[in-house]
Amino acid sequence: MSVSAPPGTLPRLLTGMTASGPMTLEHHLEIHGALPPFARRRRDSALALVNELERSGLRGRGGAAFPTATKVTAVAAARGRAVVVANGCEGEPVSFKDRLLLERLPHLVIDGALLASHAVDAGEVIIAVDEHATRAARATDKALRERADLARGAPRVRMVTVPSGYVTGQEAAIVNFLNGGPAMPTGAPTPIYLRGVKARPTLMNNVETLAHIALIARHGAAWFRTLGAYGEPGSTLVTLGGAVVQPGVFEIEMGASIASLIDAAGGATEDLRAFLLGGYAGTWVPADFGYQLPLTPEELDRVGASLGAGVVFALPSSACPVTEVAFVARWLSSQSAGQCGPCVHGLHAIATALEQVRTGAGGEGTLARIRRWASMASGRGACAHPDGAARFITSASEVFAAELAEHARRGPCAGCIQRQLLPTPVGPSTARAA
Amino acid sequence: MCAELLPERITLDDWGYPILDGRPIPPELEAHARRAADACPTLALTIERVRRR
Repeated sequence: MSVSAPPGTLPRLLTGMTASGPMTLEHHLEIHGALPPFARRRRDSALALVNELERSGLRGRGGAAFPTATKVTAVAAARGRAVVVANGCEGEPVSFKDRLLLERLPHLVIDGALLASHAVDAGEVIIAVDEHATRAARATDKALRERADLARGAPRVRMVTVPSGYVTGQEAAIVNFLNGGPAMPTGAPTPIYLRGVKARPTLMNNVETLAHIALIARHGAAWFRTLGAYGEPGSTLVTLGGAVVQPGVFEIEMGASIASLIDAAGGATEDLRAFLLGGYAGTWVPADFGYQLPLTPEELDRVGASLGAGVVFALPSSACPVTEVAFVARWLSSQSAGQCGPCVHGLHAIATALEQVRTGAGGEGTLARIRRWASMASGRGACAHPDGAARFITSASEVFAAELAEHARRGPCAGCIQRQLLPTPVGPSTARAA
Repeated sequence: MCAELLPERITLDDWGYPILDGRPIPPELEAHARRAADACPTLALTIERVRRR
């Protein structure tokens, strides 16, 4: 059964999604058609798939935007039977797109994981889900049981729930956890494409990346490229939060502006002060400047920002940015894995100083100290957590320079007593859980 | 300790953790660098040879 998909239109991934629960296998096949049959010789269809991925220009949707074909090729070339991990952990508190995919469209993710597994000749596929994402886990489990193609032999596909946390969803932390260790991002000397899960070559892709692979395998690279820009083809999922009429997950064309994303959400509910791009490891941009920014990794990189795993948060002018930033900074400090001194001490010092600024107890020099500590935190951990936190703090100190200085002088403002907008989920930090 | 043995390349942050300056080590500092690496109680410092292309 083959179903043709119209070029150049949206939605793609989110086609046929309903609020009533996971899409059944039957409905999934009705919408997308069956996967194209593999060639008699595995190498032939594996090579064809990698070529198609290469031509599609697909880049990873987990935050790093790494070319997918390059990653697959590296694992395929490594010695030993490979393992594929579908990363659906999504520790970012303002991102929901991976959970949404697993909850509503699990078969797209499973298709993509099976294709990736075919491409690298994996013996095992693991779908990693946050232990608290119970709906996603249930939908994934149900979908796996619907698949008769899994019963027919290799590879073995299973779901594993991973401890919640900000750093536990990092590639290295998941590999550690799957190998029986704590879900901590301990720096390993060998990259996982050579030596990952069970010391095997490991291909880890974000679940959205895999969902795109499921459609590229069906409709081809040329179809994928009918949306997006030359350097950034295709569509992408974005979680839009904050002061908009309808916050949620949107599928947009790569390169769409923030303004068009806000329009898709029914517009802003009030005057906006700034956008947070990329999540809590991301960057603040002032609202007036941000509206026309095209959402592609390349364009955002030019202004020192990143889409991360596809997060845009609209902060209204009525909120106090100092309070929001101070609370998130405290949370980021609590999420340190506790492995590296500069991260443990640096993030704690920054969070404490920000709280002093917020309440007007900081005194002169506190803001300069915060900026200095943030610049010192980058690049000095076994993982990228301190770098992300430093990016968040540094951009906040630039964009909200006026509000920070005002707070340092006079203490709390009228906006401080409002409900906190950026979520800081309670729960044990990974340091204490381990 | 390492910052005292190789102040030309290593400074300390506010909590006493080393900040390494990534520049290569010239021959006259090599002995000092080796002593700093050997003295590191956590084996966190290593010296790598830079290949000339």
